[in-house]
Amino acid sequence: MNARILPLVATIAIFLLAYAVCYAQFPAMLSTRVIGNLLTDNAFLGIAAVGMTFVILSGGIDLSIGSVIAFSGVFIAVLLRDTGLHPLPVFAMLLIITTLFGAAMGATIHYLEMPPFIVTLAGMFLARGMAYVLSIDSVPITHDFYNTLQGLYYLMPGKGRLTLIGGVMLLVFLGGVVLAHRTRFGTNVYALGGGAQTARLMGVPVGRTTIQIYALSGFLAGLSGIVFSIYTSAGYSLATVGVELDAIAAVVIGGTLLTGGSGFVAGTLIGVMIMGLIQTYIIFDGTLSSWWTKIVIGILLFGFIVLQKALVWLTARRGRALGAAR
Amino acid sequence: MNATAAFLRRIAPQLVTLSAVLILIAMVFPGFFEISFANGRLYGSPIDILNRGAPVALLAIGMTLVIATKGIDLSVGAVMAICGAVAAASIHQGMGLFPALALALGTGLLCGLWNGLLVAILGIQPIVATLMLMVAGRGIAQLITEGTILTFTHQGLIFIGSGAFLGVPMPVLIWIATGLIVTFIVRRSALGMLIEAIGVNPRASRLAGINTRVLLIAVYMTSGLSAALAGVIAAADIRGADANNAGLWLELDAILAVVIGGTSLLGGRFSIVASLIGAMIIQAVNTGILLSGFPPEFNLIIKAAIILIILVLQSPAMRTTFVFFRREKPTAKTDVETVAQ
Repeated sequence: MNARILPLVATIAIFLLAYAVCYAQFPAMLSTRVIGNLLTDNAFLGIAAVGMTFVILSGGIDLSIGSVIAFSGVFIAVLLRDTGLHPLPVFAMLLIITTLFGAAMGATIHYLEMPPFIVTLAGMFLARGMAYVLSIDSVPITHDFYNTLQGLYYLMPGKGRLTLIGGVMLLVFLGGVVLAHRTRFGTNVYALGGGAQTARLMGVPVGRTTIQIYALSGFLAGLSGIVFSIYTSAGYSLATVGVELDAIAAVVIGGTLLTGGSGFVAGTLIGVMIMGLIQTYIIFDGTLSSWWTKIVIGILLFGFIVLQKALVWLTARRGRALGAAR
Repeated sequence: MNATAAFLRRIAPQLVTLSAVLILIAMVFPGFFEISFANGRLYGSPIDILNRGAPVALLAIGMTLVIATKGIDLSVGAVMAICGAVAAASIHQGMGLFPALALALGTGLLCGLWNGLLVAILGIQPIVATLMLMVAGRGIAQLITEGTILTFTHQGLIFIGSGAFLGVPMPVLIWIATGLIVTFIVRRSALGMLIEAIGVNPRASRLAGINTRVLLIAVYMTSGLSAALAGVIAAADIRGADANNAGLWLELDAILAVVIGGTSLLGGRFSIVASLIGAMIIQAVNTGILLSGFPPEFNLIIKAAIILIILVLQSPAMRTTFVFFRREKPTAKTDVETVAQ
């Protein structure tokens, strides 16, 4: 079997196993209602995690997405409250702002040659600060259009509801898969993750690709903010603290190599679902505290990173053995 | 006296920034520098800055060494929560002050050892290795406090957070003493230089005979220990261990303090004293914003602006441009060639 897809296979196996354990204990877990809720509750995380997947595939990291989601919520809520605008133009304005914000971070990373970690840290402070400046309080959204959006759903067999935001997440994942594996941009991202120097020598436009990657991450964080505002019907500047870490964890659990260059967008979806499943199990159980989620996610992270290390080590050894045979 | 002059030149930008911030605050609040002595300790805004800045200053000590090896320690906030919880829980169990402190500091060392093993032995990138403890750490702290905020009334432990020795608050004494001891150890021996060597090129330093593994583990353990001290102070200050909020996002403040201190994030050179001044700059800005009645929301934007300015100053690209402008024309040709590549 190809060593590249082993982490993905391991992720899927763990997900199925975990679901089987949950099913054995609570047979109601297999209903489409639970699956529908799983998709709805994790929609904003999933959308942001797609952006994070591209960033990590390129060997970078984006710490700003949690703050950008919070900023988006507050921006929408304040604009809808203070102006008579329809939500759709507000959405468009927001997506332009967050995309430009991401592109600016990408440009800073490329032109100043600074680690993405510290640049996006500044972005994180900036976005959260802007959200605070707009409003410290939680601003409710009471526009009729929001009620319409929240009421949209597709009734799955078994009375499960695939809501609009759950559907948007699935579409974003589909788009992400196509973008990563079927376009020149996707190939460039993988090349960049394999090594910036090599990519440059191969003729990959490093600067443009870096800016595009962070712009994409900013765009998806903005979209995730819209979804989150539909989910909660409010904008709150203290919301979604630490979502960037959840997104990173989902990407790693989904089998993407943190050094970049190897991984699958589809794996991230499974990663998000595993994290959602742990939370659902804790809710079903009723006696466990929610902090078990954090510990289990920590253990899963550790397991996957060790697995990745072992794979890299094995591949390197096989390569050396091949070289010796020649 | 040449060494002293070099040292002063090294920390000059930080000192200038700190004085500028303080003078700015004093211009708005004329009574800012007033210090009074009451109830056996000093009071006043400058003392308050020193006191409130203690956790970030302590974290910055360990973080400086970690960043000097081109690493990063994201777990310090979570380690603070764990160690505060351990101290509170062991006092709760009826242990004495010293066993409880030893247990808390030992836990910090253990957390550092875990991070160090992941980085040095398994070769995982530091940001990821410490991310695990950052995610799981608060869960572990909750496990120790059993989901509640563990309060305590043990006078000895409370003394560490709000007591005073010779009029100086204990947290201030602890961070200054820790800073002095660590600086003394790394700068009076070859350790500091060896740590910088790892930051410049780990492979080359290994080939040069430096025991990089042991040194890396020791650096992460120092970071764990300083986080443990900060955690105990934070818990003693509020007389309780709050697993959810103790040290929340302080890792970012600590990294910011180190960056303001002029330690390069690309590894290879560091100054603990400058990082400590950096921590004080952050605290002075915080206090200034609170005093001025400005909404505290602006705090984050100011921090972001500070990071951006430092990024521009530190960036290799900027330095090249600087050199480019200072040199004469012949270099213009080579520059065009690099772009053409």
